[in-house]
Amino acid sequence: MSEFEQLYREVILDHYKSPRNFGLLDPSDATAEGQNPLCGDEVTVTVRFGEGDVIEAVGFEGRGCAISQAATSMLTDLVKGRPAGEVAVMPKEELLEEIGIPLTPVRLKCALLGLGVLKVALHRAKGTPLPGEWGTATGEISLS
Amino acid sequence: MTTTAVQTLDAPRLRADFPIFEQRFHGKPLAFLDSAASAQKPRAVIDAMSTFYETSYANVHRGVYQLAEMATEALEGSRETVRGLLNAPSAREVIFVRNATEGINLVAYAWGLSNLGPGDLVVATELEHHSNFVPWQYIAGRTGAGFRLLPVDDEGELQLNALDAVAAGGTVKVVAAGVVSNSLGTINPVERLAAWAHERGAIMVADAAQAAPHRRVDVQALGADFVAISAHKMCGPSGVGALWGRAELLERMEPFLLGGHMIRAVGDERTTWGELPHKFEAGTAPMAEAVGFAAAVDYLHGVGFDAIERHEHELTAYALGRLAELPWVTAYGPPADRRAGIVSFNVDGVHPHDVAQILDFDGVAIRAGHHCCQPLMRRLGVTATNRASFYLYTVREEIDRLVEGLHKARKVLA
Repeated sequence: MSEFEQLYREVILDHYKSPRNFGLLDPSDATAEGQNPLCGDEVTVTVRFGEGDVIEAVGFEGRGCAISQAATSMLTDLVKGRPAGEVAVMPKEELLEEIGIPLTPVRLKCALLGLGVLKVALHRAKGTPLPGEWGTATGEISLS
Repeated sequence: MTTTAVQTLDAPRLRADFPIFEQRFHGKPLAFLDSAASAQKPRAVIDAMSTFYETSYANVHRGVYQLAEMATEALEGSRETVRGLLNAPSAREVIFVRNATEGINLVAYAWGLSNLGPGDLVVATELEHHSNFVPWQYIAGRTGAGFRLLPVDDEGELQLNALDAVAAGGTVKVVAAGVVSNSLGTINPVERLAAWAHERGAIMVADAAQAAPHRRVDVQALGADFVAISAHKMCGPSGVGALWGRAELLERMEPFLLGGHMIRAVGDERTTWGELPHKFEAGTAPMAEAVGFAAAVDYLHGVGFDAIERHEHELTAYALGRLAELPWVTAYGPPADRRAGIVSFNVDGVHPHDVAQILDFDGVAIRAGHHCCQPLMRRLGVTATNRASFYLYTVREEIDRLVEGLHKARKVLA
C-alpha cells in the first residue's frame, strides 16, 4: 500500500464523509470546543451522561481536515457507553490505534484535537483529571 | 528613442544552481511551490558561507589581527551590498537583524514605546503578515494608543479611500503595511500610503520581506521611514535580515537590544550608545549569514530583478488560468498583473491540509494554513487556504503537477 493509500484509507474517508454522532446534543451535560491554530481545525464536543458518569451519548460538530474530523468521529464511537473517569485517562495510543495510520507530528495534532476537547468537557462536568501528558498538547490546542 | 532589451531568465538552467533539486521526495522530483515561506539556496550562497568559515572567520570589530580585519571587511562589505540592494543613502542606516520580524519589533519597541500614547493611532492593514501586525497591536496596547486596520476589498486590495475614515478621531503616528502580501501576492501602493502618513506627521513602516525577493525595493522611491527584509526569502540564509531606517529617526531612538558592541562607553552608573548602525546591533553579528545574504543579493542581481518579476508574472498568470479551468477551485486575490508570484486558493469540500498532504505524495510542496494572516483569513471568511508560490527556479510543469494533484485531492476527498 502506498503512503497515500495508508493515510487516506477507506475507513478514514468513510468517517470523514459520513461522520458518526455528528451534531451537538441539546440538552447536554458537558461541552467544550477547541481549535488547532496551526491549520484552523475546529471541534465542539457535547456529552450526555447516563447512570453515574457513563457517557450515554456524545455529539460533535467541527470543520477541518479529514484527519481531524475522521478521528473525532471514530473517537465518539470509541467512548460511548464508557465511564467518564475511564475516558479521562484513556491513553492517546488507544485512539491512534483505532485510526491506524502513520501520522507526522503536524498531523498528530489534527488527530488528537477531538480527544483533547472531549477530556476538557469531561473535566468541566465531572472534575476528571487532565492527565499531565496533555499539558503540552493542550498548550498547542487552544481550548475554550 | 532607446529600447531596453527585456531581460528573460532560463528557469530550467537556474535550477541546476540549487542543490535541493537533486533530491527526490516520495520518489518524485521536487516541485517546490513554497518559496513565499522561504526560498531555496543556490550553491553560490552555500559556498560563500563555507568559504567565509574556512578562510576569514573571527569575531568582527575591535580585533587587531589580520583575520579579524578580514571578517570585519566581509561583514561590512555585506552591509554595503544590502545598502545597494535597497538604494539606501548610507550603509549606517542598514541594520542587520535576525529577520524582518525582528526589524519591525525593533521599530515598534525603540520608536513606538517612546513616541506613542493615548490619542495616537497605529494604522495597519487587513493584509498584514502577523510580523507587521502583532508588534504594533501589542505596543499600541502598552502605550494606550489605538490600533486600527485599513480594510481590503474582496480581491484583497487595500481600500485607500477608507484611510481618512480609519484615522478619524485620532492622531496617526504609524502606518504599517507590507509591500507585497505574503498570502495573496497583492502589491500594495506603499508610496501612496507613505505620502498619506507623512501628511499627518506619521512614520511609514514597510514590511518588504515578501517584496524584496521579487522586485526592486528602493527605499528612497518607496518614501517609507523604515523598511524590513529577510534574507531567507531571497535565496539567502535563515537567521539574518536587514532593517533600513532614516538616520535622523534612528539617531533619536532609544536602543532595542542592549549589551556588547552597541555601546560607546559603559560607566558604572550609565552607558552611552555607539554610532549607527552599531547602536542597534548588540552582541556578535550574524557574520557568515550576512556574507550569505550578500552572496544571495549578488546572485539575484546576476539573474536580474526585472527578469525575476517578469518570470513570476508569467507563471502567476498561467497558474490563475489553470485554476480558473476548475469550477471547484476558488482563487483569492487580485489579477495577475497586480500581484507577485503567489496564488492562494481553496478546493471545494477539501481542507487545505488534506490538499497539501495529497500533493506531497506527488512531490509537490505547497503551504496550507493561515499564512500568519489570521485577520485576512477572517476577512476572506475562511480558516485556511492553500498557497502556491513561485520563484526564479519555478517551471510551468510544476504548476501542471499542482493541478493534477488537485484533481486527485478532489477525487479522494470531496
